Amino acid sequence: MSNNNKMAEVELVSQPDHAVLACMGTWTLNHIAAAARTLNSLFSRRIQAARIVLDLSAVSELDSAGAILLLKYINIAKDRSCEVDIIGANSNHQRMLEMYKDQALHKKPETLEEGLLTRTLIRTGKTTVFALHDIVEFIAFLGESISAFAYYLLHPSSIRIGAIVKNIEEAGIRALPIIALTSFLIGVVIAYQSAVQLEKFGANIFIVDMIGISVTRELGPLITAIVVAGRSGSSYTAQIGVMKITEEIDAMKTMSFDPYRFLVLPRMIALMIAMPLMIFLADIMGIIGGMLISSLQLNLSFTEFANRLQNVLATKHLWVGIAKGPFFAWLIAAVGCFRGFQVSYNTESIGRYTTISVVNSIFLVIACDAGFSIIFTELDI
Amino acid sequence: MDPLTEKPDPEFLVQIRNLNYRIGNRAIHKDINLDIPRGKVTTIMGPSGCGKTTLLRLIGGQARAHSGQILVDGINVGRLDLNGLFTLRKRMGMMFQSGALFTDLSVFDNIAFPLREHTTLSESMVRHIVLMKLQAVGLRGARELFPAELSGGMARRVALARAIALDPMMIMYDEPFTGQDPITVGIIMQLIRLLNDTLGLTSIIVSHDVQEVCTISDQLFMLSDGKVISHGSPDQMKRSDSEAVQQFMHAFPDGPVAFHYPAADYFEDLMQT
Repeated sequence: MSNNNKMAEVELVSQPDHAVLACMGTWTLNHIAAAARTLNSLFSRRIQAARIVLDLSAVSELDSAGAILLLKYINIAKDRSCEVDIIGANSNHQRMLEMYKDQALHKKPETLEEGLLTRTLIRTGKTTVFALHDIVEFIAFLGESISAFAYYLLHPSSIRIGAIVKNIEEAGIRALPIIALTSFLIGVVIAYQSAVQLEKFGANIFIVDMIGISVTRELGPLITAIVVAGRSGSSYTAQIGVMKITEEIDAMKTMSFDPYRFLVLPRMIALMIAMPLMIFLADIMGIIGGMLISSLQLNLSFTEFANRLQNVLATKHLWVGIAKGPFFAWLIAAVGCFRGFQVSYNTESIGRYTTISVVNSIFLVIACDAGFSIIFTELDI
Repeated sequence: MDPLTEKPDPEFLVQIRNLNYRIGNRAIHKDINLDIPRGKVTTIMGPSGCGKTTLLRLIGGQARAHSGQILVDGINVGRLDLNGLFTLRKRMGMMFQSGALFTDLSVFDNIAFPLREHTTLSESMVRHIVLMKLQAVGLRGARELFPAELSGGMARRVALARAIALDPMMIMYDEPFTGQDPITVGIIMQLIRLLNDTLGLTSIIVSHDVQEVCTISDQLFMLSDGKVISHGSPDQMKRSDSEAVQQFMHAFPDGPVAFHYPAADYFEDLMQT
């Protein structure tokens, strides 16, 4: 190899009736990267000529990599019924090209590397198809869980009370501190934000309406659902995913235990029982948080706050919030378990599906809440 | 109903006829025919990825064949609904490669689980049966342990005890010897043979440990490329003149099963930028 190795280059010189591709430099494995890119872009768009002349006179060295690269594009050109002439090749280059010609000719026609747009379209298409698949499977999963639930109702003795109680403890009771703290802080935040605004109008007392209604109707249920999705939804996915990897799910099936009845329903029912209770706690804590800030910021005494609350907070607001609980719980548990069953037989997929599970269930909960808002507004509740 | 190509033969517990199964576009089983005699230990051998474990899943009804039929004790598995399948599965035991014990239950509860769920036996009966099964696999003393505290070999023995808890008519073993020390392999081999003969079971083993299965099997089937390429007693198989069987039985690195995964021309591949 010579010391002054020049990178391989290629230049397009357009002539009236044909295009000349002038190749220069060292066409060896380590030096052809740039030329390969140029050729790809040249052939993707610009060359339209019916005849291409390949000028190799300025090529100092040509190895098999260079020859294969040239042949690839010669073949593409020929596929487009374009004539290709090679000029200026010395005897070594000629031999090199001859040697690979036959091999390269047997291969299926080369395709150009796809451009950004094509790749984006391909990716979008794939993602869409996968998403549709997921949706269909999820609906099937919901159906299975409902039929397992019907089996429970018909055979009450098969209800797994022990597992349900255990799951209520896991997902419900142990989550109480974090839910209490989070909703207390949300109450504080809301009170602070609205105190400043309400004070401007001297409408201090309305902070009670504001906090009471927003916390019980919307914030309490949402905060609870989000905490539960992050805490229990993810752990459902991980638990079931691990059981799948350790073949426990397969073992259950071979022993004719229905995984829905044994794994999914106890979790689902437990969460549907625990969620409304957790929302109730969140409501109380949110209001306490607001009450505290009202007294600090707006000099609204606890008694005044409580009196006003009794007058303005109709119980229906409380029920509206709590009624959302079972639906949110159903979604979170269903997504968590569904993603768990999707885990494939390797450990990295647990992490992936756990993440997907949390993202999905939070999204679904918020979408469901939006749906409830519309329904309740339309029904004037 | 499918027209039965022949009447179920009472001599065979499992009869597989013209079985085809695909995953995606890849054909896993191509027209497999296979008979598993009652009361015998039958081994299905073959290179990794040839669909041995899938075959067990098909027999257990966990997957459905695309065509062909599988008769288990005269019942067409592919035609069963979920309830029928569950009834049939109670008569089949299966031992998984990893043991697949329920991690949050103790050894005792793992074995008691199918008994408590599928029978109405009193708790004292359950206890008796569990202890008998544990005694059979030599782990009566380990009943309070949890799966995480067991060695791989012990976990498999517990899984075996659980598989026989309901006194099935057959047991399927998925790679029972993989990754075990020689003593454990010896114990498991002895257990498979002993349980088969004393309980009058039919055993199906999926494995590629040639020496072990030759010692305990009555009959071997060799699968390759989705087909049964040979079957017979271990002695017959060892003397087989089929190149593929010879390669497998004597562990030659290259032969009909190529050492190289199909690839483009080596030279050309290297030159690819």
